[in-house]
Amino acid sequence: MRSIRSKHYIGIALALELIFGVARADVNLPVVVTGDAVNAPLTQQVGRAAQGRVIVLSRQIGNCLICHAVPNEAKELAQGNVGPALSGVGGRLSEGQIRLRLIDQSRLNPRTIMPPYYRTNGLTNVAAQFVGKSVLDAQQIEDVVAYLVSLKE
Amino acid sequence: MRYKLGICVFVGVLTGADVAAQQRPATPLPGSVFQSPEARAMQSDDTSNPAMLWVEKGRSLWTKSDGATGKSCASCHGDLQTVMKGVAARYPLVDQKSKTLMNIEGRINNCRTDHQQAPPLPYESNELLSLTSAITYQSRGDVRLVGIDGAAEPFFTQGRALFEQRQGQLNLACVQCHDGQVGRKLRGDTVSQGQTHGWPAYRLEWQSMGSLHRRIRSCSIGVRAEVLPYGAPSYLALELYLAWRGGSLPMESPGVRR
Ligand code: HEC
Ligand code: HEC
Ligand code: HEC
Repeated sequence: MRSIRSKHYIGIALALELIFGVARADVNLPVVVTGDAVNAPLTQQVGRAAQGRVIVLSRQIGNCLICHAVPNEAKELAQGNVGPALSGVGGRLSEGQIRLRLIDQSRLNPRTIMPPYYRTNGLTNVAAQFVGKSVLDAQQIEDVVAYLVSLKE
Repeated sequence: MRYKLGICVFVGVLTGADVAAQQRPATPLPGSVFQSPEARAMQSDDTSNPAMLWVEKGRSLWTKSDGATGKSCASCHGDLQTVMKGVAARYPLVDQKSKTLMNIEGRINNCRTDHQQAPPLPYESNELLSLTSAITYQSRGDVRLVGIDGAAEPFFTQGRALFEQRQGQLNLACVQCHDGQVGRKLRGDTVSQGQTHGWPAYRLEWQSMGSLHRRIRSCSIGVRAEVLPYGAPSYLALELYLAWRGGSLPMESPGVRR
């Protein structure tokens, strides 16, 4: 049900793009969505899982633990449970599926509470120091993808 | 024309504007319910509630003369406990004279400038927090009755829209956390309904009393949205909407929060 709906939204987006010949309105860099995945890496430099781990576990950069637990990795007690635990996510989802979820989860679930990590457009009332910037840059996205892919259990 | 409509639908879907169907919670729950047993115990016993220091200070400020008129609050109003009973439960409201939305802080400062001829007290100053706490304390246990019709309606509508608007770099609306995630863990916090009935409150993280606007500013910072000045019209509108949203919830200020 969800995947049919999301395909539908992406379909509308693509249709609008064809009609108006403009870049997609909600992503700052060109991203090709195939089904529920972005299969092509965003950078030439291959993602580095160790860096990705730092980003996910740090409060300052990714701050993912505010919503997600990673029980096998983070020993910290205060982990959130707003989103599903990320342990084993590399077994559940493909690399491309993980990439799209980081870029902008709202493309799959318009009501999602997960922030878009690689998007700068279509946002309202952004604090001045973050205007025009995505939460993570392309390399950071690739690093996080590499780390999450490695979480097989 | 058809294309325009298409864009609207498209934008609407992606920004999650359909969250707007939300109303107030069927069962309003006080913010204290989501706090640790220790914080709850502190709040429920006036002798251990650190916020009571501000209430006491406010009591003494009430009778202190100030400004060019040399009058105290008590010179015009009389006994704090008697005359301020239930007043905070009616705020914020639209001031007859200025036609602006006024909260208790705004009212106090209005009396200072217009009636005492004294300078307004800055938000988060000990004096303003103390007077606000002392006045709000007189409504403990009262059910809020704020007006949302007539002159208040545009402010109410604005407040609701702000509550449901996704914002900031993290693209989150108040309603998504304070309706959609109630009871869930955001790291060390348990998400509450975002009720305002315990504010102003003593926040352990601040080691101080703080205004409701300071609390809302923390949420703005959290989603990386523009942080508005204390007393900003948008925060006042949110304050009205939130007061209404609490339904039959009794006031519990001064609260104790993590
Ligand atoms: C504000 C809460 C929140 C934050 C912060 C957050 N997420 Fe999520 N995440 C969610 C929710 C909720 C879902 C469930 C999917 C949905 O909402 O549609 C989710 C889903 C996911 C999924 C898919 C998991 C699965 O099993 O399908 C991945 C992967 C993910 N998040 C990674 C991350 C990473 C990495 C970060 C930090 C960079 C992060 N999330 C930050 C709330 C959050
Ligand atoms: C990412 C989730 C999130 C968003 C979005 C958010 N808040 Fe909060 N808010 C919190 C957390 C966490 C707390 C502290 C725990 C609690 O009381 O819910 C809090 C506390 C509050 C409180 C104090 C409740 C009490 O009883 O002490 C109020 C009021 C509030 N928020 C209002 C707002 C408003 C208004 C907005 C929108 C401008 C907003 N919040 C957006 C997470 C959020
Ligand atoms: C010179 C007389 C005078 C002084 C001094 C004065 N006030 Fe007032 N106050 C008023 C009047 C008159 C009103 C009714 C609203 C108006 O016309 O401003 C009022 C209204 C209020 C209200 C709202 C009551 C309601 O039912 O809505 C509060 C709260 C209040 N004052 C607090 C204070 C505080 C706190 C001080 C001292 C810092 C103070 N006032 C000093 C005359 C005064």
